[in-house]
Amino acid sequence: MSLHNPFDPDCSLQGSGCTCGRHESQVEHEQTVLASAEARTERVVQSAVVRALFPQDRTRRTFLGAVGATTALAAISQFFPLGLATEVFAQAAAPEKKDLKVGFIPITCATPIIMAHPMGFYSKHGLNVEVVKTAGWAVIRDKTLNKEYDAAHMLSPMPLAITLGAGSNPIPYTMPAVENINGQAITLSVKHKDKRDPKSWRGFKFAVPFDYSMHNYLLRYYVAEHGIDPDTDIQIRAVPPPEMVANLRADNIDGFLAPDPVNQRAVYDGVGFIHVLSKEIWDRHPCCAFAASKEFVTQTPNTYAALLKAIIDATAFAAKPENRKQIAEAIAPANYLNQPVTVVEQVLTGTFADGLGNVRTVPDRIDFDPFPWESFAVWIMSQMKRWGQLKGDVDYAGVAKQVYLATDTAKLMKEVGMTPPENTSKTFKVMGKEFDPSKPEEYVKSFAIKRAA
Amino acid sequence: MTQKWLGLRAGLVSLALFALIVGAWHLATAGTGTAVKMDPAYAKLMGATATQGKSAMPGPGEVGAKIWQHLKDPFYDKGTNDKGIGIQLAYSIARVGIGYLLAVAVAIPIGFLIGMSPLMSRALDPFIQVMKPISPLAWMPLALYTIKDSAISAVFVIFICSLWPMLINTAFGVASVRRDWLNVAKTLEMSPSRTAWRVILPAAAPTILTGMRISIGIAWLVIVAAEMLVGGTGIGYFVWNEWNNLSITNVITAILFIGVVGMLLDQLMAKLQRLVAYAD
Repeated sequence: MSLHNPFDPDCSLQGSGCTCGRHESQVEHEQTVLASAEARTERVVQSAVVRALFPQDRTRRTFLGAVGATTALAAISQFFPLGLATEVFAQAAAPEKKDLKVGFIPITCATPIIMAHPMGFYSKHGLNVEVVKTAGWAVIRDKTLNKEYDAAHMLSPMPLAITLGAGSNPIPYTMPAVENINGQAITLSVKHKDKRDPKSWRGFKFAVPFDYSMHNYLLRYYVAEHGIDPDTDIQIRAVPPPEMVANLRADNIDGFLAPDPVNQRAVYDGVGFIHVLSKEIWDRHPCCAFAASKEFVTQTPNTYAALLKAIIDATAFAAKPENRKQIAEAIAPANYLNQPVTVVEQVLTGTFADGLGNVRTVPDRIDFDPFPWESFAVWIMSQMKRWGQLKGDVDYAGVAKQVYLATDTAKLMKEVGMTPPENTSKTFKVMGKEFDPSKPEEYVKSFAIKRAA
Repeated sequence: MTQKWLGLRAGLVSLALFALIVGAWHLATAGTGTAVKMDPAYAKLMGATATQGKSAMPGPGEVGAKIWQHLKDPFYDKGTNDKGIGIQLAYSIARVGIGYLLAVAVAIPIGFLIGMSPLMSRALDPFIQVMKPISPLAWMPLALYTIKDSAISAVFVIFICSLWPMLINTAFGVASVRRDWLNVAKTLEMSPSRTAWRVILPAAAPTILTGMRISIGIAWLVIVAAEMLVGGTGIGYFVWNEWNNLSITNVITAILFIGVVGMLLDQLMAKLQRLVAYAD
């Protein structure tokens, strides 16, 4: 989502990451450059125009380098009324439907969806959204399929399952935005303080929120890398997050890989400690997603655009560390997460008690970045295959494209005036092991511990 | 006189038991009370159970205060997901009421049919026998999937669970009306519908009401579980939401409220039952 100044010759309009090099992340770059919504809208329109004039980024840079930004701006304004276009864009077509319902599960992954309500991001985009707390992943799926909800917070493997028809009729689903990256952790019971080596975990009972969740795949990956077979050496069961802390206290489980605030809550109540953050397993891994049916997208495109704009706006706001405290206060009350403010604050600010007596500072313990990389979907499917959830040949690239719709998303992002990354896939490392999305089958085969033949 | 004396003694025993339970509860949840030594910056990030050795279970005092707080302001509305306990209970009672009345409307006519016709009784028996033992919550996913509306699904679950006791009791009550009375009706050449209204209904009413009383109890049991599953509104949702927050104080409070409302519903049915009772 590039809001880069198109008149800056040092800036790339197409690449990802902060391209001017002055900021640590692209998001931070945008935040500093564009404080107000007006400036952002203006920038978006300018970008669109300049991109149209100079499809080749190099040409644009050469041109700007040669004549200077001010001259270029004046020249373009002469034959294209930038001011007028900005206004038209700002007033974008009115949404077909103003009253929307969006479902969420009370965990910090849903931060952008939730905070957009108390902090007015929905109303800013002309929508009257009701955010409804929902009891579980299956219910949120059913209520979204029933059209009780217009859009919802889901685990990122779920739209894959819905589209593939696993556990429901196949329904074309879109996942236009990942909500959060990182933000999970492995928490162990305080009685295991000395068992920090996973090799000593034989016989442990672990909980994850859902079978088809990043939590399940990350936990399996983590223990398998340490030579523990997740199916035979330990037990993994699906337990609703709120029951995890109670079960840990009751000694029914030894630990869990769960979404926050559950991990921090276990620490807060003195029953668990944080063994590793999920970012230490795979930095910048996706977790939850913002999902909507294809029908909603095609039948009410303006509403959809407004909703997505609100979510992306909120995501950008949440990505800014200095806003996190304020967000924690907004989403902790009973109407939203229903957790003590200090717990939510520790999760969002990344300054937290680890349950072992230390205060740790990990600013990107949870972060927010909306782009749904297709390679994320391929990795998830490779793990489904690895653990026997998917059988036979899997059309990794095809399904990833069909479900994660990064191409569609890219198009939508352009429509709302943003520049998506040029590629829809990227390579990344999970626990130091490189993942190449073009070779998922080889990746599955490369593991010593797996269920797939 | 002896009756009064008995009542007084029973009341005293009840009070003593109550005091005993609350006392034991208080002692059990007093906690260790010893503060754990830790770095103040770290302690600030921790909860009271970790820093002060406070028991995770709330004591009777805390629960009492919570109940008072809920009673003081039962109808507040702070947004979609945070409403007062009065509003939540009203939602639950409304759902139970609708599902239950629908079940009455279906169960009593069919019960009459089964009770009056041995043919239908035999023909419908296998269906009833199979459907009756199904846990109403097992219908939930199916209902959500087919009805496509969670509010109606909850009502449907109430409907299906309150149907069977009423149906079976009505059929039984109707079938066991004394032969003599029916014969008298026949002798007087009463029409079948007149017989049903004037003879069978009053005769079977106490049995029917027993079925209705059992049903309302079951419906109230089931609504809490159904709302915990579906979420949104209702006392079941309230319990689930507070469970999410690990607020045992609120969960206990809700349990007490559920008990009181259940008792009131049962008393209501008992009153109705007394109205139709007759001495043989």
